[in-house]
Amino acid sequence: MFGNLPITTLQELWWILASVVGSLFLFLTFVQGGQTLLWQLGKNETEKSLIINSIGRKWELTFTTLVLFGGALFAAFPKFYATSFGGAYWVWIAILFTFVIQAVSFEYRKKPDNLFGSKVYEAFLFVNGAVGILLIGAAVGTFFTGANFILNEYNLVKWTTPLRGLEAAGNFFNLSLGLFLVFNSRVLGALYLLNNIDFAGMDDFKGRMRDAVLSNFLAALPFLLVVLVSLLTMKGLDVDPASGHVQMVSFKYLKNLVALPHVLAILLVGLGLVIYAVYSARFQENDRGIWPAGLGTVLVGLAVFFTAGFNHTPFYPSLADPQSSLTIYNASSSHYTLTAMTYVALLIPVVLAYIAYVWHQMDKKKLEASEVEGAEASESY
Amino acid sequence: MLEQIDLSTVNWARAQFALTAMYHWIFVPLTLGLTFLCAFFETIYVKTGKEEWKQLTRFWMKLFGINFAIGVATGIILEFEFGTNWANYSWMVGDIFGAPLAIEGILAFFLEATFFAVMFFGWNRVSKGFHLFSTWMVAIGSNLSALWILVANGWMQFPTGMAFNPDTARFEMQNFFDVIFSPYAISKFTHATTSGFALSSFFIIAVSSYYLAKKRHVLMAKRSIAVAALFGLISSLLLAFTGDEAAFIDARHQPMKLAAMEGLWNGETRAPIVAFGLINGMKEPGDYNEPFVFAFKIPGLLSLLANRQADSFVPGINDLVFGNKEQGIVGAAEKIEKGRLAVKYLAEYKNAQKSGDLTGASTALSQFNKYRDYLGYGHLAQPKDAVPPVPLTFYSFHIMAAVGSAMILVFFLYLVFIARGTIEKNTWLYPVGIVFFILAFMAGEAGWVVAEVGRQPWAIQDLLPVTVARTDIPSSNVKLTFFMFLVTFTLLLVAEIRIMLKQIKIGPKEVN
Repeated sequence: MFGNLPITTLQELWWILASVVGSLFLFLTFVQGGQTLLWQLGKNETEKSLIINSIGRKWELTFTTLVLFGGALFAAFPKFYATSFGGAYWVWIAILFTFVIQAVSFEYRKKPDNLFGSKVYEAFLFVNGAVGILLIGAAVGTFFTGANFILNEYNLVKWTTPLRGLEAAGNFFNLSLGLFLVFNSRVLGALYLLNNIDFAGMDDFKGRMRDAVLSNFLAALPFLLVVLVSLLTMKGLDVDPASGHVQMVSFKYLKNLVALPHVLAILLVGLGLVIYAVYSARFQENDRGIWPAGLGTVLVGLAVFFTAGFNHTPFYPSLADPQSSLTIYNASSSHYTLTAMTYVALLIPVVLAYIAYVWHQMDKKKLEASEVEGAEASESY
Repeated sequence: MLEQIDLSTVNWARAQFALTAMYHWIFVPLTLGLTFLCAFFETIYVKTGKEEWKQLTRFWMKLFGINFAIGVATGIILEFEFGTNWANYSWMVGDIFGAPLAIEGILAFFLEATFFAVMFFGWNRVSKGFHLFSTWMVAIGSNLSALWILVANGWMQFPTGMAFNPDTARFEMQNFFDVIFSPYAISKFTHATTSGFALSSFFIIAVSSYYLAKKRHVLMAKRSIAVAALFGLISSLLLAFTGDEAAFIDARHQPMKLAAMEGLWNGETRAPIVAFGLINGMKEPGDYNEPFVFAFKIPGLLSLLANRQADSFVPGINDLVFGNKEQGIVGAAEKIEKGRLAVKYLAEYKNAQKSGDLTGASTALSQFNKYRDYLGYGHLAQPKDAVPPVPLTFYSFHIMAAVGSAMILVFFLYLVFIARGTIEKNTWLYPVGIVFFILAFMAGEAGWVVAEVGRQPWAIQDLLPVTVARTDIPSSNVKLTFFMFLVTFTLLLVAEIRIMLKQIKIGPKEVN
């Protein structure tokens, strides 16, 4: 069945699948957003425990989605995996490090004899939520602003700057995208907590949560505008499909959005959904804003990845040697591997279905303060 | 192909991978086995409806959760280290190696991650049956995860179902089923998971023995030992069987590793197993030094294990380095010569393609095809580079085999005493159980040293040496991250042990 598809179709399909996983990860960063809100919104131990226990029941899902994003890129686009992880060494190491310290923090924070004390584990969670997401944003930003590498005739990578990827965080566009993701994750985090916690008798706590939705959205807004305006005006590399020659063109990503109107549409719908979610949570006392905001974030993520990779665009442009730039066509696995992987991907709907079912089972009853304090709390985070 | 090989970078990258893998393997085997043991305990609770089994389950689950978190933390580094430190590897074999990792994510990680939340926080949120189902899903998910990563590792030991593509300069998959059903994949999975089951059983036995010694939680401890000793005994028997199978497969596909495991320098018929011995660390291929300072050998046993025939020939390190015409063995020396021709013709092919010389490209390609099977050997500097570190491989193998054999007896004794109701009288067994928990850790780590050090100098057996597989990066970067992870993992390990010991001291909730 899939074996008869042209390789270009499989390459495009796998770019779409990788984009879906990456975009779902952006939605699930409500966990990281919640982590950075801990000190700001949790005014006492009960409130802090409610925040930690609410997002702590989803942290593994976010973590796993990030790992799958990496795994999918490795399997489908190994040249990108080799080039970016081997080349932009320090930015990836820094990101990974923040996820290592996150992984233990939920479990160890409140346990006696935990070596560092709960404040340190809370700081670990903050670092993961702030620095980790900022750097992920900067790394995704290089899909547009490019990276400093050269590939030789054996496709082996040589990085041309000693900072090995950290230079990405110094680029204004990349930094803006990173900061937008940080504040967006905080919007999502506050929206998730609004929907997940039983605030009975804690109106003040709930009010702080609603305020956080709006204030973090307003903080995200300037960075979003910088990203959007830059994206629409920046130059970018374009690949001649006949010769494979790569050249710089003006307004490349604006041209992509014009050439791909459905991508423009999902970008606008995505942004609209996030704005609606913020408005309804803050001004209409809607507690379920996480769903439109989550869907909106996924749509915006998809638009970003599609703009970066489709319409003859190198999704990983090389600043050092444009001809080394990676496209979804020259960076992919073989036809055979993509075909085999596509059969496996048929199970993705099953995976999504059981995640949705379990999510519903676990969250249909809101998290109460009694579950995180007193006798029942011995196994909580 | 490679202008300069920075051996310092390669060695630091190897050290970092070894560090991460060994830390990861402290936590993972406990995860693999404790999930099943928790599932057994909870199944008994659901069947009997007795509250004390529920509390017993929740106690072991709590310890499982403490261990699980740090296993996840070290696991993410391992996956991405393939990219950061082994970028050429990621490109050259990513077409094959990446697929099992992605499948692991889709099929296993989400199973674990999704049902993990139910297992820990769902006691009062879902039905008893669904909770039990979730616990089993975590057990299956974590072991499915092991399956896929061990499929990938098995392929590194025995690369199959692929071919080198000179146009892309990488190995590409030709048959997915050859990769996932390779004898190495099955052997690796069964051997590694059963070792995890045995270790986890010892964990429960060790903690329970501590309680028995202190006369605390006696009923809970005895019940835990009964289940763990039975599971451990079955697992350790399977472990021995799969270990024997692994050696048999090594004899076919990694004879150099097998020779290093037994310190066999010159091949022989009726080759012996060294029951114990002291290696002469100065010995080199081709010299006349004695291989052992002393050794107690059992004649014919290695031939029997390797070929199922006591009078069969098992090649030694010298045969595999210099060749043995009588036995039809082509040595590394000859393979290196052919490999260098493969490297040369591949370069000529690439240059001809670049300059548009189609005839030259076609000629170079047909020459390359004559020697393509030896391409990996073309990157070895000298024949003796094909030999792994013999003392480390030898001692690791013997520690693993000795502990693995002895643990069968310890599980058996625990099972007998618990069945006869005399476990509280045989207090001498408690420290033995606790010591064997530590020895089982050492055996597990030693097993991975055999598998990975014994494969050196290859990242992919016979195809890709580690010197080619590495990232082109100054060694100072890798050195720095090595120490960064060393400090981080060590601190987290200390935190884990302290938390674990405290929870053990607190103990399970008693039912009135």
